[in-house]
Amino acid sequence: MTKTITDVICPFCGTLCDDVEVVVSDDGKQLLEVYNACVIGTEKFLHSQSKDRVTRPRMHQPDGTWKEISYDEAAEYSAQMLAKAKKPLMFGWSSTNCEAQSVGNEIAEITRACCDNTAATCHGTSLIAIQDIGLPSCTLGEIKNRADRVIFWGCNPAHAHPRHMSRYSIFPRGFFTSKGQMSRKMIVVDPRVTDTAKMADVHLQVEQGMDYELLDALRVAFKGEWLPDVVAGIPKEKIREVADMMKSGRFGIIFFGMGVTQSLGKNHNIDAAIAVTKDLNEYTKFSIMPMRGHYNVTGSGEVFGWQFGFPYAVDLTRGFARYNPGDTSTIDLLVRGEVDAMFTIGSDPGAHFPISAVKQFAHIPSVCVDPHLTPTTGVSKLHVPVAFNGVEVGGNCYRMDNVPIDCRKVVEPPEGMLTDEQFLIKVRDRVRQLKGVA
Amino acid sequence: MSEYIIKNGNVFDPVQGIRGDKADVAIKDGKIVDKVGSGAKVIDAKGKTVMAGAVEIHAHIAGPKINMGRIYRPEDKLFTCTPTKGIERMGGGASIPTTFKTGYEYAKMGYTTAMEAAMPPLFSRHVHEEIRDTPIIDEGAYPVFGNNWFVLEYLKNQEIENTAAYCAWLLRVTKGYAIKLVNPGGTEAWAWGLNCLSVNDPVPYFDITPAEIIKGLIEANEYLGLPHSMHIHPNNLGNPGCYETTLDTLRLAEGYKAKNKFGREQVMHLTHSQFHSYGGTNWGDFESKAKEITDYVNKNKNITIDTGNVTLDETTTMTADGPFEHHLTGLNHLKWANIDVEVETGSGVVPYIYSPSISVCAIQWAIGLEIALMMKDPMRCYITTDHPNAGPFTRYPRVIKWLMSAKAREAQINAFKHKDKVLSQTSIGTLDREISLYELAQMTRAGPAKSLGLSGMCGGLKPGMDADIAVYNFNPDKPVANPEDIEKAFTRCAHVFKCGVEVITNGELISNGNKRTLWVNAKVKDNPQVMRDINEKFLKYYSMTQANYEALGHHFVPNPYALEVDATQV
Repeated sequence: MTKTITDVICPFCGTLCDDVEVVVSDDGKQLLEVYNACVIGTEKFLHSQSKDRVTRPRMHQPDGTWKEISYDEAAEYSAQMLAKAKKPLMFGWSSTNCEAQSVGNEIAEITRACCDNTAATCHGTSLIAIQDIGLPSCTLGEIKNRADRVIFWGCNPAHAHPRHMSRYSIFPRGFFTSKGQMSRKMIVVDPRVTDTAKMADVHLQVEQGMDYELLDALRVAFKGEWLPDVVAGIPKEKIREVADMMKSGRFGIIFFGMGVTQSLGKNHNIDAAIAVTKDLNEYTKFSIMPMRGHYNVTGSGEVFGWQFGFPYAVDLTRGFARYNPGDTSTIDLLVRGEVDAMFTIGSDPGAHFPISAVKQFAHIPSVCVDPHLTPTTGVSKLHVPVAFNGVEVGGNCYRMDNVPIDCRKVVEPPEGMLTDEQFLIKVRDRVRQLKGVA
Repeated sequence: MSEYIIKNGNVFDPVQGIRGDKADVAIKDGKIVDKVGSGAKVIDAKGKTVMAGAVEIHAHIAGPKINMGRIYRPEDKLFTCTPTKGIERMGGGASIPTTFKTGYEYAKMGYTTAMEAAMPPLFSRHVHEEIRDTPIIDEGAYPVFGNNWFVLEYLKNQEIENTAAYCAWLLRVTKGYAIKLVNPGGTEAWAWGLNCLSVNDPVPYFDITPAEIIKGLIEANEYLGLPHSMHIHPNNLGNPGCYETTLDTLRLAEGYKAKNKFGREQVMHLTHSQFHSYGGTNWGDFESKAKEITDYVNKNKNITIDTGNVTLDETTTMTADGPFEHHLTGLNHLKWANIDVEVETGSGVVPYIYSPSISVCAIQWAIGLEIALMMKDPMRCYITTDHPNAGPFTRYPRVIKWLMSAKAREAQINAFKHKDKVLSQTSIGTLDREISLYELAQMTRAGPAKSLGLSGMCGGLKPGMDADIAVYNFNPDKPVANPEDIEKAFTRCAHVFKCGVEVITNGELISNGNKRTLWVNAKVKDNPQVMRDINEKFLKYYSMTQANYEALGHHFVPNPYALEVDATQV
């Protein structure tokens, strides 16, 4: 007999769907089927069952081969590396739970590490903008229940957050939106004709890198002031039409993604987008929300926030927490060659960082804790595979709207495998001994 | 567990009516006892002041809006970082310190229990994670109910029993402590960009008034017999002339009597009264109505209040009163964060600078002190700064200085740029009352503990109570040479015990104690209708499933302490 587990949380993207159903074998060791999840989420669950999975830590040998070692040996290597380093870097945290993040922060505090999460390459710029100007936002249920104006700016949920529109933003019939998608106007701003853009009531095909100009033009249009004939490739009549559409809604929301956070202008684009939102609150109710990528990158920012006071790019090397993106942020530290040890967990910088940064961590002692084989595990000296968080171990995670949801364990990990938290506790305890702290 | 005896201190304990007598306090197995063996460790408290650990009744110290404040205000960390030191984790932040620093700072000032004042139920798991990471002090959290759709719908039909059953359910799943209202109805209106500025403004769509919500939740609270009363931040906060709304709110408690087994006598707790005691019609003729508010509260024994003292600092305001924060960002043009929460509530965050050079800020400062000085019964008026809204909690010693020394108040008034305006718009200049140490113990220990229904547990030094004790380097037998000495003495304790564990010695941390999460487990009769309604709301209107909603498990509440309430026989 198989068992069906309901209300399972999908550990893939920031949408953090919690209505997934998973069928497991009677002994709870095999995951057989996944329902309700999107294709990416389903794959993530099923991937845990792959037969070629690495189940023990491995050291990279000088000849390029891997040698299997025990978790104790792996913890010893990691602890020695972190304890000896002058400026270790502990990066990632976005695909693990908050309990593991907390233990990691203890290690970072003892070893005076730099800590950072994947906001470094995604919404770090949004965080800088939020620190400049604030963030009028709301939870996703508010959008489901109230929103009649939905703007996707520089993001493509049809592919990146596949269930976002069906669960929260476009299709659901909420309390004050009983006609579902018919109750909402959907506006997409994207230089490409994406699958999301194809669904929109209005697609503003902005010229690449001109988002700031278009956002400013909207602010001008709200006030009915003079506009040039064309801004950012959009005729002024269209801009005024969209501005009126936004103002005339009862409750609106701007979702934004990497198209604006990592294109020309970066944090300044988000400054402008938040200013647009703030302006709109003079006429109606409007919110704005970053489309966070990893399922718990938000949680990493939250845990850093309450433990150290900053959401990312935290530098503990002086014995207290400092924050100065550009100086204390991971890519900059790597490119300047400032760090002498790299501990990666729950992320894949090898695939996403500029090559100049990746080269750096190939040269220094490095550990990568990750259940998958990734470009990062490939260039790290030590690869520590762990149980899949959200599949083989539970733990708290934060959705893109900062709502915490406790992940569920649905199957047993392969025999003898540790979780992120268990491995980190081993490292922490050993680091404490090496550093002679209580 | 070790035994201790604190010898020869000047003890102030309103629970036993001890007014500074030289007495010994004995500790055994975490409790205060009559006597201990000769092997007990002796703490010499000669020439020092001994009180129970202080009880914080209202502060914003854990949860989503506090963390939003931390995350979006890196500037708050400038020059306020504290490095790792022995068992003390690193910390940072002035108005919104990190969780570790929050726990240490409270403990070092002699606080051993604190209540998080506004928990959005959907975020209870976040609140509890932060509480877990706040060492030493026992903490509870008040879930907010005043804009909750269940409550609005039940109370529209005057269904008190269903409201109570829902409240009991929510307290249980969120591990909450009390029924909190913030701008009842107004925050729901804010979801459409609107507000309820009086107790009679109807809530859009729900067609219920704040007055009906307030009365209904008082009734539900007393139906359940919860340890604390309904705890309210009324409508129309912070506006000139808002005192009339406050009086309208207070009058709603008339005729209600407390029903509970915890020794609580009030049915309404009015929080941060300072923000609700403003007269005038604009910021130019802004004036104090502290007298009108305190006159009313002095006469009506079923109400307790806390002050919400402005401390003249740069701080970070945060409240579930979403429309107010939008109004505030319009006033000071500083960065605005807003978090509307589906089905339940909302909130906002805006930094604020209470400048002594601005007349309104100076008048606010005076009003907070007037309230404390005009309240006749210190057992019903508690010192708070509504941390961090009127000022950081770390300023309590300064507020105590102003309350205990007319000279200190005078010095501050003379330092104001608009001294004359402060004197004309308030009566702070005419008040010569100085709070005594006994009254201070009432306002910070016995009083709040009683209001919270914890009088059997903390806030006093009676044998049998938890051994939460603070010893201050303050000799009540000597005249105070300089008011600054008061502030200094209350900033860092000589000794602090939490449940019998010595946590602070000479102002330094020596143990992280064994903090507890206080929550209220109210049992009610099976109520299938409410359970069905909950089920339906989750299916249709929440963005998460009911099965994932509860704050359950060791990583959220590692050391729970439940206050049991049985309302099944009502």
